Amino acid sequence: MTTLERLARLAVWTIGLAVCVYLMVPLFVTVAVSFSASPVFDLPPPSWSLRWYEALGSKRGFLPSLTLSVQIALISTGISLVLGTLTAIAVVKGRFPGRTAISTFVVSPLMMPGLVIGIALLQFLREIGYRDAYTGLILGHVIVTLPFIMRTVQASLSLFDFTLIDAARTLGLSYPKAVIKVLVPVLSPAYLSSGLFAFLASMDNYPISIFLTDARNKTLPIQVLEYLEVRPDPTIAAISSLLILLTIIVLVISDRLVGLRRMTDF
Amino acid sequence: MKKQGEQKDRTWILAAPGVGYLTVLYALPLGLLLLASFRLPEAFSISAYIDFFGDPFNWYIIWNTLRSALLTTAFCLLIGYPAAFALAWSKGWLQSLFLISLILPLSVGIVVKAFAWTIVLRSDGVLNQALMALGLTSEPVRLIFTETGLIFGAVNVFVPFMIMPVYSVIRLLDPRLAEAARTLGAGPLYVFWKIILPLTVPGIIAGIAFVFSLALAMYVIPTLLVGERFMTLSQQIARSYLYLRNETLGSTVAVVLLVFSLIVIVASQWLAGKVRANT
Repeated sequence: MTTLERLARLAVWTIGLAVCVYLMVPLFVTVAVSFSASPVFDLPPPSWSLRWYEALGSKRGFLPSLTLSVQIALISTGISLVLGTLTAIAVVKGRFPGRTAISTFVVSPLMMPGLVIGIALLQFLREIGYRDAYTGLILGHVIVTLPFIMRTVQASLSLFDFTLIDAARTLGLSYPKAVIKVLVPVLSPAYLSSGLFAFLASMDNYPISIFLTDARNKTLPIQVLEYLEVRPDPTIAAISSLLILLTIIVLVISDRLVGLRRMTDF
Repeated sequence: MKKQGEQKDRTWILAAPGVGYLTVLYALPLGLLLLASFRLPEAFSISAYIDFFGDPFNWYIIWNTLRSALLTTAFCLLIGYPAAFALAWSKGWLQSLFLISLILPLSVGIVVKAFAWTIVLRSDGVLNQALMALGLTSEPVRLIFTETGLIFGAVNVFVPFMIMPVYSVIRLLDPRLAEAARTLGAGPLYVFWKIILPLTVPGIIAGIAFVFSLALAMYVIPTLLVGERFMTLSQQIARSYLYLRNETLGSTVAVVLLVFSLIVIVASQWLAGKVRANT
């Protein structure tokens, strides 16, 4: 190894580790603040306490928002899993023209400004006289979750040998049974990782939701930003820390099931 | 042959629900928004755009948006490209550490993340305390409510979108390729410049396209980290709709931002196609 190579390697490792720390900073800050006894976000906290966790239950609006966000995220991710898998199979297996265009189209919402998608959808729903905020939110969130499913499932399917399904059918399985027995196990890592990314993207979506909510249906990010603008206190840090804990549990389970490495097939 | 022909005809049906969904609830509404921006009370007209581009303040907003997106993308590439190599080279617990620090921060929403950065960056915050303790500065550096603070937060949120696509390309690199080149006498700089860099270009293009389009549209991060004094297209859109109730202005700005995003998508697709054709 030459000096130049050694220097390059050193730089790569240093930057890599620095990026790790940098990415984790907001999480450390959130967790530290959530256990602070002080209401003004002093770091390091002057003393520790659990008061913000105790306050969680009594704060109006947070629990309904969390429930709403989880519901919207689960339902929209579920719909996207179905739509995304069907579209990905068509694009990978089909031989019709315009497949690349379809794939680009379905992934494009990821790169489109959320506020603009939100306004356009709001005005469209208003135009056709549709006013239910709950389903409006689901309709909007399917648009943001679908790209995650499409990208990952398409990549995973392009490595799949479709003749395996024919083989299973030759061996006596019906077509739906062959798909369930052969295709679904192959796709499960893709489902797990893209489902997690889609779920988190929906939970975190602010720009589309802001136009589709009403007073009774406020998703968590909207409630949190409103709260931060009016009277910020570490209750938000407490609720976020619980979400971090929940994600850690999901990651540990995923790691046991498919391995963390496969989670990054983004 | 005939059977294959039948199957060929049927597969597209599977794409119909997904594509149909997005056509009705995404493409059509965006098209209507575009139309509405030309349809003023009187008739079809581009006067909203003439007004918009005639106002120097709006050029200032466009410049703010593009500059902050460019800076964010540049820094993401600068740290994300090497970080992707570190991720690809790492094994065992170190790799787990890298993966966790990429995935776990997604569990904290952008709102909370941006707010956490305001705590770190404020004048009596941890960063300033550290800088002063190290003797790098004698008085607090103003970071929050500045563009520096904005870039700090934006790069933090978007850098995984640079690392992931680059990493997925690096993983496909055949290590024997670089080895072979070395055996044939190529220097490390030559190997990087002529072999590794060209082969990772598709990942770089995808990463730049992701980060740039996300940074162009960011709304929550500038709102919390800089505030009203630093207007971007997204903030102008939100302000027009949510506070000013000026839908004409809102839809005009929305279309301008939409066009920028479309340019990024089309350009990145075109570039990716060109690179694929060359290899």
